[in-house]
Amino acid sequence: MSEITAKPETLLGLLHSLLVTVATVFCFTCVILLAAGAPPLDAFFHIFKGALGSWVKFAHVVQAWIPLTLCACGLLYTFRIGLWNIGIEGQMIMGAVFATAVLRMGLHGGHPGWVLAASFVAGIIGGGIWAVIAGFLKTRSGVNEIFAGLGLNFVAQGIILWLIFGPWKRPGVASMSGTETLPAELWLGTLPHLRLTPTGVAFAVAAVVVSAVMLRYTRIGLNLRAIGSNRNAAFLFGLKPDHHLLLAMLFAGGFAGLAGNMQVTGVYHRLIPAISSNYGYLALLVVMLANYNVWLAPAVAFFFACLNVGSIQLPMMLQLDSSLSGVIQGALVLATLALHGWRKRRSLRAPQRKPDG
Amino acid sequence: MDEFSFSILLAGVIAGAAPIIFAAIGETITEKAGLINLSLDGTILLSAMVAFVTTYQSGSVLLGFAVAALVGATVAALVAIFSVYLEQNQVAVGFVLTLTARDLAYFLGNPYSRLPGPQAAPAPVPVLKELPFVGAVLFDHTWPVYLSLLVIMLCWWYLYRTPAGLKLRCVGENPWAAYARGMDPRKLQLYSALLGGMFVGIAGATFSLASKPGWGRPQGAEGTGWIALALVIFGGWNPVKAAIGAYLFAFLQISGIYLQGWFPSIPAQVFQVAPFPLMIFTLMIMYFTQRERARIWAGNTPWKKSLLKLFAGNAPAGLGKPYKTE
Repeated sequence: MSEITAKPETLLGLLHSLLVTVATVFCFTCVILLAAGAPPLDAFFHIFKGALGSWVKFAHVVQAWIPLTLCACGLLYTFRIGLWNIGIEGQMIMGAVFATAVLRMGLHGGHPGWVLAASFVAGIIGGGIWAVIAGFLKTRSGVNEIFAGLGLNFVAQGIILWLIFGPWKRPGVASMSGTETLPAELWLGTLPHLRLTPTGVAFAVAAVVVSAVMLRYTRIGLNLRAIGSNRNAAFLFGLKPDHHLLLAMLFAGGFAGLAGNMQVTGVYHRLIPAISSNYGYLALLVVMLANYNVWLAPAVAFFFACLNVGSIQLPMMLQLDSSLSGVIQGALVLATLALHGWRKRRSLRAPQRKPDG
Repeated sequence: MDEFSFSILLAGVIAGAAPIIFAAIGETITEKAGLINLSLDGTILLSAMVAFVTTYQSGSVLLGFAVAALVGATVAALVAIFSVYLEQNQVAVGFVLTLTARDLAYFLGNPYSRLPGPQAAPAPVPVLKELPFVGAVLFDHTWPVYLSLLVIMLCWWYLYRTPAGLKLRCVGENPWAAYARGMDPRKLQLYSALLGGMFVGIAGATFSLASKPGWGRPQGAEGTGWIALALVIFGGWNPVKAAIGAYLFAFLQISGIYLQGWFPSIPAQVFQVAPFPLMIFTLMIMYFTQRERARIWAGNTPWKKSLLKLFAGNAPAGLGKPYKTE
């Protein structure tokens, strides 16, 4: 997976590719909207207003940005070593499950602050365990991480449903609306009048900084990159690929688990079946669009969060499905990949004049 | 569950496996040529939506199937163009396309949600249907189900008994050797992706027009694409074995429904995830049976050797390694 290493680009080149990509995706989205019989400009306007139209909405965007950024940071480690950690979705779910377990134990006593802190640790452990299972399946049992991760995602989904309908069901009725809401002292503190958790933002920012330092300036980061670019050479240098593979998975799972915990303590205040909101899968797109760059990832995550939150307006205002955001996000990544490929092709052909095929 | 009849169960398995067989066969063809099309799950949903809408508007089930096949081929063409001609990571492209196709299906299909629509009519085979047991199991289905049975044999014949199939497998094993023999590996991979994609599209149409008629969010086909991808590995890249896997999976799904009747306190969704850990488990077994230790364990004991052979299956050597010009 040598293409995972980011290529240095000039600012002008970057701007140029950005313009081409955005223009292409804009035209594509317009066509899709026209096909659905909707006025394109109205739709874009509602998405924009729905995301950044007021402080309340901006707070929603930030709340979506937190788990996206955390998952994206985690994925940077696994991508660096050449792993496709599709299981990030399940890792986030298990983080939420473990955190909820601790919070429920905390109901019977204990200082709320300590219970919350314990739930953070539990979330990280939960996500980490789920990731390491996928890692062991890869290193010890030869199961491709894509299938292991995917299978574990579905298992995690099964576990969460079983908990909500079984042991943790609301007194009286079990329903898709989730478990009983936690008491307010176990919620993460929010800003006055806004549903925005400063703790969550702090964790996300810390995750970005820690990952940037880890990946660039530490031995672990170097080793991950070395193994990712050439596994056999790294092995001959005395690096242990399997250990680092598990380590990268552990990091990814830990960050994802933390994101899962944030969803419980900061957003929903209970466990719901869709606790992960597909943010794990979306984070994979974020990292790809950010070209595996640690500093670009949070920016892309913010843009994606805007799209996600803004498109919630579509069903209300234009009777459209909110999945338009996913179409735009996917199209953006595809357009970027196409541009990369196109450049590569051209640069291969132009200077050397090699005969094709 | 009073009238538990074995023939009804088997008939359900054969009908339920039909869309999975189309998807798994399509992916087998594509992967045999060395290309991984990871976009199956989204493609199935998109083609299911398109098939339903087309049939709803035109009234022709056949047209719905044709357009769905076209959609499947289009998405597969994207995978092939991105990975073969633009030399991008196949896994990345496939994954992005999975999500995009799924969201596109939900978005464009929204106005057609939960509408009662036409579907493939039951087409029992006149005389054969009267046969005891076999008639009820095999000859009382809709025509896509018969087609699924036919496709298994056709695919096997195509891959292992025709010159075109030989070329396709050759490219999958060693694209450079194929090039040296005067073939165009890129073109062949593109064609195999198109052919495989058509079957994936048909799988989607089989869902929305026969197995789980109608469109909605969720449709009920979610996750099938991933199962089909795993079945290709389970089948050791052999279409017949992949189809057997599909039948096993359908059997599991249907027994899930029965199990749910026996344990009503456990929600249905829990049984629906049961095949996934099993998938991981099979992949593990496949890995272990191919190791040296397993061969030593088997020694010369015939039943042990045939057991290992059952799980044997080698990936095309060039799988996921696109042919490059440098």
